[in-house]
Amino acid sequence: MEVTSPVREVLVTGNKTYHDVSHDICRHVEAKPNPKWLAAMAVSLGAFLIGGYALAITLWDGIGMWGLNKTVGWAWDITNFVWWVGIGHAGTLISAVLLLFRQKWRTSINRAAEAMTIFAVICALLFPLIHTGRPWLSFYWFVPIPNTWGSLWVNFNSPLLWDFFAISTYFTVSLVFWYIGLIPDFATIRDRATNKISKAIYGALSFGWDGAAKTWQRYETVSLVLAGLATPLVLSVHTIVSMDFATSVIPGWHTTIFPPYFVAGAIFSGFAMVLTLMLVTRKVYNLEDYITINHIELMNIIIMITGSIVGVAYITELFMAWYSGVQYEQYAFLNRATGPYWWAYWAMMTCNVISPQLFWFKKIRTSLWATFILSIVVNIGMWFERFVIIVTSLHRDYLPSSWAMFSPTIYDMGIYLFSFGLFFTLFFSFAKFFPVINMAEVKSVLKSSSGEIENKK
Amino acid sequence: MSDQKTYWKGTEQLTNDPSFVKNAEKEFPEYLPINENKESNGSTSRRDFLKLMGFGVAAASLAACEAPVRKAIPYLNKPVDVDPGIANYYASTYSVGGDYASIVVKTREGRPIKIEGNKKSSITQGGVNAQVEASVLSLYDQERLRGPLKEGKNTDWKTIDKEITEQLQAISDAGGQIRIVSNTVNSPSTLKAIQEMADKYGNTEHVMYDAISQHGMLVANETMFGVKAIPSYDFSKANTIVSFNADFLGTWVSPIEHTKQYSKTRKVNSENKNMSRHYQFEANLSLTGSNADYRTPVKPSQEGLAVAALYNEVAKLTGNSSINTNKVEIANISKAAKDLVSNKGKSLVVAGSNDTDIQILVNGINSMLNNYGTTIDLNQYSNSRKGDDASFSKFVKDSKAGNIKAVIFYNANPVYDSGMGEELKAALGKVSLTVSTSERKDETADVVKYVAPDHHFLESWNDAEPKKGQLSLTQPTISPLFKTRQAQDSFMTWTGNKQEYYNFLRKNWEDKHFSGQEPTFDIFWDKTLHNGVFTYNVENSDLTAQEVDLSACANRINKNYKSSNSDLEVVFYQKVSIGNGYHANNPWLQELPDPISKATWDNYATISQKMANELGIKIFEGKTSKINLTINGQAMEVPALVQPGQANGTIGLALGYGRKMAGKVANGVGFDVYPFLGQLNGTKSYALTSGAKIDGTAGSYQLAQTQTHQTFMGRETVIQEALLEDYKKKGWERNFQPHIETSKGSVKPSKLTLWNGHKYNNHHWGLAIDLNSCTGCAACTIACQSENNIPVVGKEEVVMRRDMQWMRVDRYYSSDAAPDDTAGLEKAAENPEVTFQPMMCQHCNNAPCETVCPVAATTHSSEGLNQMTYNRCVGTRYCANNCPYKVRRFNWFKYHDNSQFDKNSSMNNDLGKMVLNPDVTVRSRGVMEKCSMCVQRIQAGKLKAKKEKRQLEDKDVNTACASACPSDAIVFGDLNNQDSAISKYLKLKESTDEPLKEVNEERAYHVLEELRVSPNVWYMTKIRNKDKVNTKA
Repeated sequence: MEVTSPVREVLVTGNKTYHDVSHDICRHVEAKPNPKWLAAMAVSLGAFLIGGYALAITLWDGIGMWGLNKTVGWAWDITNFVWWVGIGHAGTLISAVLLLFRQKWRTSINRAAEAMTIFAVICALLFPLIHTGRPWLSFYWFVPIPNTWGSLWVNFNSPLLWDFFAISTYFTVSLVFWYIGLIPDFATIRDRATNKISKAIYGALSFGWDGAAKTWQRYETVSLVLAGLATPLVLSVHTIVSMDFATSVIPGWHTTIFPPYFVAGAIFSGFAMVLTLMLVTRKVYNLEDYITINHIELMNIIIMITGSIVGVAYITELFMAWYSGVQYEQYAFLNRATGPYWWAYWAMMTCNVISPQLFWFKKIRTSLWATFILSIVVNIGMWFERFVIIVTSLHRDYLPSSWAMFSPTIYDMGIYLFSFGLFFTLFFSFAKFFPVINMAEVKSVLKSSSGEIENKK
Repeated sequence: MSDQKTYWKGTEQLTNDPSFVKNAEKEFPEYLPINENKESNGSTSRRDFLKLMGFGVAAASLAACEAPVRKAIPYLNKPVDVDPGIANYYASTYSVGGDYASIVVKTREGRPIKIEGNKKSSITQGGVNAQVEASVLSLYDQERLRGPLKEGKNTDWKTIDKEITEQLQAISDAGGQIRIVSNTVNSPSTLKAIQEMADKYGNTEHVMYDAISQHGMLVANETMFGVKAIPSYDFSKANTIVSFNADFLGTWVSPIEHTKQYSKTRKVNSENKNMSRHYQFEANLSLTGSNADYRTPVKPSQEGLAVAALYNEVAKLTGNSSINTNKVEIANISKAAKDLVSNKGKSLVVAGSNDTDIQILVNGINSMLNNYGTTIDLNQYSNSRKGDDASFSKFVKDSKAGNIKAVIFYNANPVYDSGMGEELKAALGKVSLTVSTSERKDETADVVKYVAPDHHFLESWNDAEPKKGQLSLTQPTISPLFKTRQAQDSFMTWTGNKQEYYNFLRKNWEDKHFSGQEPTFDIFWDKTLHNGVFTYNVENSDLTAQEVDLSACANRINKNYKSSNSDLEVVFYQKVSIGNGYHANNPWLQELPDPISKATWDNYATISQKMANELGIKIFEGKTSKINLTINGQAMEVPALVQPGQANGTIGLALGYGRKMAGKVANGVGFDVYPFLGQLNGTKSYALTSGAKIDGTAGSYQLAQTQTHQTFMGRETVIQEALLEDYKKKGWERNFQPHIETSKGSVKPSKLTLWNGHKYNNHHWGLAIDLNSCTGCAACTIACQSENNIPVVGKEEVVMRRDMQWMRVDRYYSSDAAPDDTAGLEKAAENPEVTFQPMMCQHCNNAPCETVCPVAATTHSSEGLNQMTYNRCVGTRYCANNCPYKVRRFNWFKYHDNSQFDKNSSMNNDLGKMVLNPDVTVRSRGVMEKCSMCVQRIQAGKLKAKKEKRQLEDKDVNTACASACPSDAIVFGDLNNQDSAISKYLKLKESTDEPLKEVNEERAYHVLEELRVSPNVWYMTKIRNKDKVNTKA
């Protein structure tokens, strides 16, 4: 029997040379801001400022400005936190895990995905800080530093403290990993720079990169080491975030399935966010040759798979609630599906379980518009997932006397808007001033998987 | 003198050196090394400059350091009794409009901060209620008048005394009529002072009326027994209690006393499994009705016939002649009659109606049951309500006719609460001299010429005789805050009596009650003052019922009541919190959830579920509709609250709201229904059986309820109940005892744990709460609020579900739905069984809150307490989320010194802040708080025992909630002490396989036992004295 492997699609189309790659990517950094970029930046800065007002009022008057109450102590704040952390996961997965597995298709998307990770984690970090009653203290009382309060130490039993370690480690490793990857590209921009200021800035940013073989070797080694470090973080961060809920006694939270289910959900939403951003960047910066339909299709397949995992998790939860025989557990899930927040539950189910199944159709998963719309739908669904887990579990727990409803105020919404403003302001700044595609790595796959090869066929 | 030794300061003094003599008298000798070279060259030297600069810098930097002490004024001469940091307690009396409680006032550094019950009183026996507890805050009410007023403007006492005395004299000389109008006055000395004034001026009458009148009962007792008074009731001796619309545990006559007595009949344990059976017939679901074993909704229009039906049933069973009244179909009447008759002499029938005929029939029933002399005592009658509707109506009529020349309102506010307010207000224009002694510029004080503001009772001397033979003294616990004057002093000044009321009071007591019990009167007086109460013997004369024309009575009842009525009926009731409206400006009471409806900051129309369905009203999370209500032609829009248990065809409207002149807190809260009070048989009627109608709904309205879910969803781990007959069976066990399935079979939750457990070597504090005797009165909530400096957050924040009370009383209705019908279980039954469950921090031994706090702000104490360290808290609220009992409260805003929360008067102005307990921190914004089991009291008790070098005993410590509880439903104590009341109550025994002791009381259970959080608070199963018929979920 003869087995013939299918010829793989090339990763870079359009007969690109090394120079083309440098030029295509660097010209956006070197050129004057284009009007589309300016408009987008203005919108995100607007959101940043309007949301900033909501944030300022919250900090000044207290989190009573939000819709929280004695029964529902967390709502949009932690929903947003988990949502943003989840989004971050795709970047790490793409750059670290796919690097370890030598998946070369990642090269043209990993830079932007990692940037997204960092910005998403910044947005995520905002929420645990400002959701506390006294943020002016919480930003350092969480840190186990030697202090003058005698033997007073943090509580290592608390999942919130684990969160603090998990997220700060994740942020640090991601930032370093991303920055190391940027160094050769900064050097390229430095070398191409025509004015002194750019040369000085990118010169400083590139840390004296000399392009020597030894330098490249060290670069590759560090990248691998960091990828090795980052890979467990993909699993650990959301596992630990899920333990905020899983270790509690609240029905609907106290669920051992949470760690894998949260990780799958995080990858699911992260890939959706990467797609949303990449589809726009690709179009605006004319990078169709680097981010091809092939990339998009692969990412859609990952969304479909993780979406199905999440769906199975939802059904498992329902089964376990019934099978446990625990009255409160059963009520919590019945209440999710049929109680006053039924709409949130069914929004979650529709967006996260049903909509990704459309990607079974090749036509849909290779359609740019369908992908774009579904990528947004998935993130809406994932936001609702966290909302459903947090709010519907809390609002009706053990004692019916305390059952309550949560409804957001404009300050809840304003701060969510603020996080978007922050995210997009950072992302657009990145898109303008940093190379959005990893030139060095794309060049490394150019010889083996580009238009040239295609032409030779 | 000469042989006294003298020590010289030096040889200079011995030799009387001239240079020494010159400087001897100066404080500083001239050789202070400053300006030392001045004489030599006349200019500042470098060294001086450096010294001065050094001093200057040091002084400036010292001054720059914050000088935190701004308002502390040290005692120049320390008063003998006042030690900073140590509380003083004074026995006193709360007596407002006939409401009575003997109290002990806790003062700190001269400020009254807390009111407790006085255990020495044989009437209230250490019990208090929410209003009594809250009255300490009214002392520091900013809206109190700070001096006398003349025509609304500030003046001084001299001026108004002169003008009032002159005018009274002139009126008296001209033969004009003078009236003194007050609510019930139960103080013999005050009455004497008033009488002296009346004697001086002639043509003076003292008119008493009550906002909530019991005139009908007074008349009935006068007709039948010749005693125009309310009898003393003893519920504790009653095995069967029947109440027609008398909320005797909440608002009727003497609720604290009744609760004390009633709760004794509801205490059961394995030795004594007997309890009273309580029937309630009423339209509104009252606090009393919600405690009844059998509660029957009865419309006001049927009330007379219902009482008559019971009369006839009892007459039939006791062989007396029946009366001829119309038949009416009311459930449980004949059952009640049977129970009453089988407990002859050990039963009690009461009625809340102000209709004389009903009261006569009730007296007749009690007479047939031989209850006089056992559960009813007319010799030691009660002085709690003496108001006379007829004389008040006459007063208003006379004023209108211009026959009254002068009127003095003694702490009464009839323009607001008499039901004839508008009429009176208009009539007062024809009265030439109008005076009020109101402590605030209320609705009546606003329309009088002179206001001579009285002290708050905590600033006054007074006495009270709540019952014949039972006296009680009021003593000041703080010197007057403002330029007010005790009303009795005003009366005496206007009488021309130069004496102080204090001396007058003493004299009165010396004359009347001092008969050589102690060597001198001073000792007697001090002793009485110390005890707060004094009893003298009352002769027991045999009162026999005189013949009353019952057929006339029956005829009137047939005329006034009907067996069916299609008109809308309105019931006017008092809430346990606000009562008749006197306390309306007290923010603690405004924010105290009504025990039944759980609504705060509002009154509303309570409507039945059936009526709500007809009107299309749905209430969800306090969001409801307003109804277009027309009463006697006057239309208004009032919010509707769906009230299970409301008699269909009736609505309930609470009195005491809609104040216009009470102050910032009360003004504009709710609506005033006093003007709609009706008349029946010449007495005020608190129900309307015609003239009211509802025309659909009118827009939505948000009520502020602290609990919006009504039922307990059949969760037996929360509420455990049993029927008395089952409980009486040998070997009875609680119905619900959770077990957890393991590989080794089914085990109790306590056998399965991940925890190592704590060791409590010294104390181990715990609470036991009896669901059977808790009446839900919410005295504990206010006691806790007062003790622990709990803020008031206002209506908007309660709507946001952010009430701050640490101690709440959960109220659950039963549902008719099947146990597995979760949607059906959310709906309360039409006439539900009610359970009250006081809920506070359960101080879990395996506390879920403790493990999740990242900064270790909530930790476990070595005595079993779950502690909050406010300083350490950063406010993640994780603990609150993870609390299965949802008892943690978060400071969403800064509630103190914040003008947005000015209704939180105990923390937002200097006057109000005087009520704060200095032993408890006022919490900052952003921190979590919750019940501490009054840790400050525990510490104080431990210190006391330590100083006295003895073991701590029960009497050293009690929590605020337990000490306030008028039904003694809360027991606090040390679980490690075998002799403590709680150890005996719970029948604690050392456990063989666990560090914690085993509880052997069969009724005791933990809420959510299966979570194995192992609370230190136990609840005692509620027992219902009902026959077994259909069990409800």
